[in-house]
Amino acid sequence: MDNKALRDRATAIRQNIIRQVYLAGSGHPGGSLSAADILAVLYFEHMNIDGSNPTDPDRDRFVLSKGHASPLLYAVLAEKGFFPAELLGTFRKIDSPLQGHPSMRAVPGVEMSTGSLGQGFSAAVGMALASRIDGRASRVYALLGDGELQEGLVWEAAMAAAHYGLDNLCAIVDFNGLQIDGANDDVMRVTPVAEKFEAFGWNAKKIDGHDIDSIRAGLAEARGHKGRPTVLVARTVKGKGVSYMENEAGWHGKAPDKEQALQAMSELGGVL
Amino acid sequence: MAEMIATRQSYGKALVELGAVRQDIVVLDADLSGSTMTKFFAGAYPDRFFNVGIAEANMYGMAAGLAVSGKTVFASTFAMFAAGRAYEIIRNSIGYTGANVKICATHAGLTVGEDGASHQAIEDLALMRAIPGMTVLNPADDVSARKLLQQAADLDGPVYVRLGRAAVPVLYEEEADIEIGKSRVLREGSGCAIIATGIMVSKALLAAEQLALEGIEARVIDMHTLKPLDEEAVIRAARETGGIVTAEEHTLEGGLGAAVARICCAHHPVRVATVGIRDTFGESGKPDELLEKYGLTAGAIAQAARNLDKYGK
Repeated sequence: MDNKALRDRATAIRQNIIRQVYLAGSGHPGGSLSAADILAVLYFEHMNIDGSNPTDPDRDRFVLSKGHASPLLYAVLAEKGFFPAELLGTFRKIDSPLQGHPSMRAVPGVEMSTGSLGQGFSAAVGMALASRIDGRASRVYALLGDGELQEGLVWEAAMAAAHYGLDNLCAIVDFNGLQIDGANDDVMRVTPVAEKFEAFGWNAKKIDGHDIDSIRAGLAEARGHKGRPTVLVARTVKGKGVSYMENEAGWHGKAPDKEQALQAMSELGGVL
Repeated sequence: MAEMIATRQSYGKALVELGAVRQDIVVLDADLSGSTMTKFFAGAYPDRFFNVGIAEANMYGMAAGLAVSGKTVFASTFAMFAAGRAYEIIRNSIGYTGANVKICATHAGLTVGEDGASHQAIEDLALMRAIPGMTVLNPADDVSARKLLQQAADLDGPVYVRLGRAAVPVLYEEEADIEIGKSRVLREGSGCAIIATGIMVSKALLAAEQLALEGIEARVIDMHTLKPLDEEAVIRAARETGGIVTAEEHTLEGGLGAAVARICCAHHPVRVATVGIRDTFGESGKPDELLEKYGLTAGAIAQAARNLDKYGK
């Protein structure tokens, strides 16, 4: 897919993030918007995944380890045809399959129930190991938040992935620098991220998480790198695409009111 | 004298048998394979065994990932580090997803012995019972352990299996009919019922022998499945014997006694006396010394049964 088409996908995804969170009256827009470009490239160009055949054993797997970015995943899955887009209006509402944090039992295309940080990444290591045991070509991708790196489980999983030489695993860190209580650097420093993963035995590459070519090149390198798992440390802007949300920790887990939502949609070139 | 076998030994044996016929079985351990007895599977099927190091949380997270990819996963460590340390990973990544993971936790209860309170899981059954959809097994002997493990492998979903370090008497014949969710009456009687689980079943049988000498015919029930609990057997015991003693190597908070009492209260209220650990941690000592000190003996069960009469059923 060409870069413009992918950027258009990312914009459509961002619009649906805002719609979902606005209609739900709660949710996590900041860290959903920051990773929209990464998921656009993954789902619409890079991964072997088909919305009409969600249980194909040879599919690639994506695990949203930062499960609070559920509006992002749901927007992508709807765009990819896993379920009708109308369902997005039920996000976080009673009886909806679109739970606040993703449930694999409820939504086709959700590969792992996540939300409790670190666990999706750990499960992704298990998935990559299963793929290797079975001799499948399936690759596994896990998106982690930068704040999530503060969880000890992330490093247990990182150690194991390197130990088993899982080169079919690619972790992507949505490195927007912010978490609920403020800047990572103020709450609990996580840097240097790439170097930490390298010390754990990973191949690490820094990319621009909003630049299609940079994301594409990173994923290509991850696919080509043998013997070790690869982490892409993606520099991003929290709230990317909505001016008043950008680089504001306050928009980690808060819904816009109607006026704010209208402004966001206007900036994203859509209607509410 | 019955043969003595630790249920962790039964586990090691059952895994090797399962591995031969089930290619989908993968086994994980966290640096305790020589103690949990997964070492035998590791030796037989090295391509399907993974020692994840001293990282129990990641072991259960990885187990979930393997399971949702089609594997039947047996993941073992001591009960303390499975049900305790990795609780929330088990809850969210295995329980909530319904992942096909068998959490086979050895060295449960006080009978870990000399390692002391830090290693004596006395609350694991309560923790695992509290997870929606979790099947919870606590076999009393070698035969029932192997049979329950076979069935656990066939059951699609999460199962917690409590296994012991210390050797315990073999209670069942090899051809015994053991089924998940169905308790077994090991001794008939209508004077009272002793519902026991795990290592306390053999002690319940000894207690019943003592009581018989005094003219109290106690029914002894092996409640090897804590969840789903055989409610019908509990109600029948309440109705037919008029008084129940429960016995478990576990805290009285949230274990077998609590479950039995709830069922009795709802369906057929009778006096329920609970033998178990009272709001305290364990300590170092020999297994038998610990069981004696903490009141987990045939004598304590028998006394509880006598008290049913004393205080009126």
